[in-house]
Amino acid sequence: MLREQFRTAILGVIWLTLLTGCVFPLGLFALGHFLFPGRAQGSLLTRGGIVVGSEFIGQNFTRPEYFHPRPSAAGAGYDGTASGGTNFGPSNRKLIEDVRRLAEEYRGSNGLPPDAIVPIDAVTRSGSGLDPHISPANAALQVPRVARARGLSEEAVRRLVADQTQGRQLGFLGDPRVSVLELNLALDGLRAPELPLIAPR
Amino acid sequence: MRWLEYFVFLALVVGLAQPAGLYLAEVFERKPTFLDPVLRPVEFLLYRWLGVRSGQEMSARTYTLCFLLFSAIGTGGLFLLLLVQRWLPGGPADRYLTTPMTLDLAANTAISFATTTTWQAYGGETTLRYLTQLFGLVSQNFLAGAAGLAVGIAFIRGLARERSATVGNFWVDLIRALLWVLLPLSLVGSMILIWQGVPLNLVPYTEVHALEGGVQTIAQGPVAALEFIKNLGTNGGGFFNANGAHPFENPTPLVNFLGLLAIAVLPASLTITFGHMTGRPRAGWVLLAVMVVLFVGGLALCDFAESATPPQLAGLHISGGNMEGKEVRFGIGDSVLAAVVTSNTATGSYNSMHDSYRPLGVLVPLVNMLLGEVVFGGLGTGLYSMLMIALVAVFLGGLMVGRTPEYLGKKITGAETRLAVLYALLTTKVVLVLTGLALATAAGRAGLVTNMGTRGFTEVLFAYSSSMANNGQTMAGLNANTLFYNTTTAVAMLIGRFGLAALALALAGRFAAQRRWPTNVGTLPSDSATFGVLVLGTIVLVGALSFLPALALGPIAEALQH
Repeated sequence: MLREQFRTAILGVIWLTLLTGCVFPLGLFALGHFLFPGRAQGSLLTRGGIVVGSEFIGQNFTRPEYFHPRPSAAGAGYDGTASGGTNFGPSNRKLIEDVRRLAEEYRGSNGLPPDAIVPIDAVTRSGSGLDPHISPANAALQVPRVARARGLSEEAVRRLVADQTQGRQLGFLGDPRVSVLELNLALDGLRAPELPLIAPR
Repeated sequence: MRWLEYFVFLALVVGLAQPAGLYLAEVFERKPTFLDPVLRPVEFLLYRWLGVRSGQEMSARTYTLCFLLFSAIGTGGLFLLLLVQRWLPGGPADRYLTTPMTLDLAANTAISFATTTTWQAYGGETTLRYLTQLFGLVSQNFLAGAAGLAVGIAFIRGLARERSATVGNFWVDLIRALLWVLLPLSLVGSMILIWQGVPLNLVPYTEVHALEGGVQTIAQGPVAALEFIKNLGTNGGGFFNANGAHPFENPTPLVNFLGLLAIAVLPASLTITFGHMTGRPRAGWVLLAVMVVLFVGGLALCDFAESATPPQLAGLHISGGNMEGKEVRFGIGDSVLAAVVTSNTATGSYNSMHDSYRPLGVLVPLVNMLLGEVVFGGLGTGLYSMLMIALVAVFLGGLMVGRTPEYLGKKITGAETRLAVLYALLTTKVVLVLTGLALATAAGRAGLVTNMGTRGFTEVLFAYSSSMANNGQTMAGLNANTLFYNTTTAVAMLIGRFGLAALALALAGRFAAQRRWPTNVGTLPSDSATFGVLVLGTIVLVGALSFLPALALGPIAEALQH
């Protein structure tokens, strides 16, 4: 009897692995690429035929004319091949020091007074290190800086941020958010920038 | 708005429990279902190829043996695949795979996935090839999940039958769990995930030209094939290092919500399956009610902790809840909900970094795992965890009224009580002994590379709780990819899966053989609110007696510091 069950177990692992690890993904591939080809390929965003990013993967921005994402612990920052957070506990001195420094930098780059309240997402690192979003409050504080750097009215930039703000899904799921990469792409589209789109390599 | 989402979630879980539970009963009682025209031929074919005599039932002993054999061979196969993966074609270029697949990492990973723990001592995008993820991990997510469901059903049969020498046929239950439950739901669920933005491709990591210049390399892969079944099978191991926090694994709040439903609905509905198959539907509802009470309690505490700005940041003029390690799209609400759901249900697919949670925030997932994941619990395993503790409650109740305790007309004699108590004690022993061992040795303490003090202690306790509960989530500040942790967590995972399942099946066999005694005035009714309160009290009491000292050294001490 043991022999018979042993044989079934081996055959079971083989056939059922083929069914679930091979037939199932293949079926899914066929359906997925037929129905949602762009999604299946990673929702890549292109501009002028050049792939500039993915809708869902955060990208680093440091120049004043772009909105800045949250700080990131993925590799050297927004490394798409090394996702992860800091894993610092709330009492970890490194975390408290980092937040203090990040808050000072944030206030400095946005011309805010030293006691200005900063939204916490602007000074904490996400779990993935690839968070594509910032909170609407964070975006609002960056509007004056971006407008000045681009020679645009704050009103125009604010309107753009409002356009790019996603509400709660189905009205109650998740938090309102602004996609930094998509907002910056829209900014670039607002007025043909004299900056080179792609830095020469 | 957070509370609306919590409420809708819980309402859906409870609301879907009835139809899903009755469907599961139909599937495993081999009654006709609407999927039969498509699936019966496949089922018949698989029985023939595997040599399954589907009409022949097994004793609890044989059932356990088949479960062990199937799991052992699955583990061995995955272990070999991991060792040869470097020669597999396709996927990321070698230079991105920076984590070496050592023998101990391969063994740990194989055991981890074959036990539905899916504890990951590695980061997916820096370790695994696409074909390993598909053949190895996706398949084990299905197989181990289905095997757990089968064992849960066998346990129910033990309580439902009388004077029976058998508890079902493992292969039939396994194949029906795959064909009628996991595969169809995964197909539909995965398609929704792709529509929402989860990628599914085999292209190498993609280089994109960042707007500010330079190149960003984006890890890709067949993510959607893993993503739904990892939740549905209550496995939880991620495709990427950041697991459910990674935007490709969990791009939108809707995906997150569906994933959490996929985790909780089937385990919750098994209470209804149990009530239906034993002919005591109200007994099932009582268990579900106990689960809901514990769920809401944990959720409220975790939400309270995480929605406040950490006091350590006071004076820095910062506003908002604790967002370190959390994603903006999820905010506090989705993160807390995921932490509570995944820790209750043997699913490690956290979407925020628990190591950065506040002490009371991390206490909740830790306690959920230490209580043995009785709230919904792992697929199949959760139900017998709950019933085991219910039996301890029955025993205590019997002591109080001074007569032989019984549950659903089954007498709980010395032998049954021994099994139930052994079950309740096993988690305590394994978790506390291994935690002590880790803290007493240099090899164990070497894992504390990120946080020290009480938080470091909690990381170690969390690691073994997670392994023993076959959960797989982690406080990732602990460096667990060492020979010491790969070995010791594997031991906990094996005992947590097979030790507990063997005890549960042994008990099922004893119950199946018993006759059903008629109820009389002295019987403690198992379908009353009183019984629910007794079970609730027993869970809290056993949990507190077992773990309060350890918790006092970890999260509780840390909470008192600030």
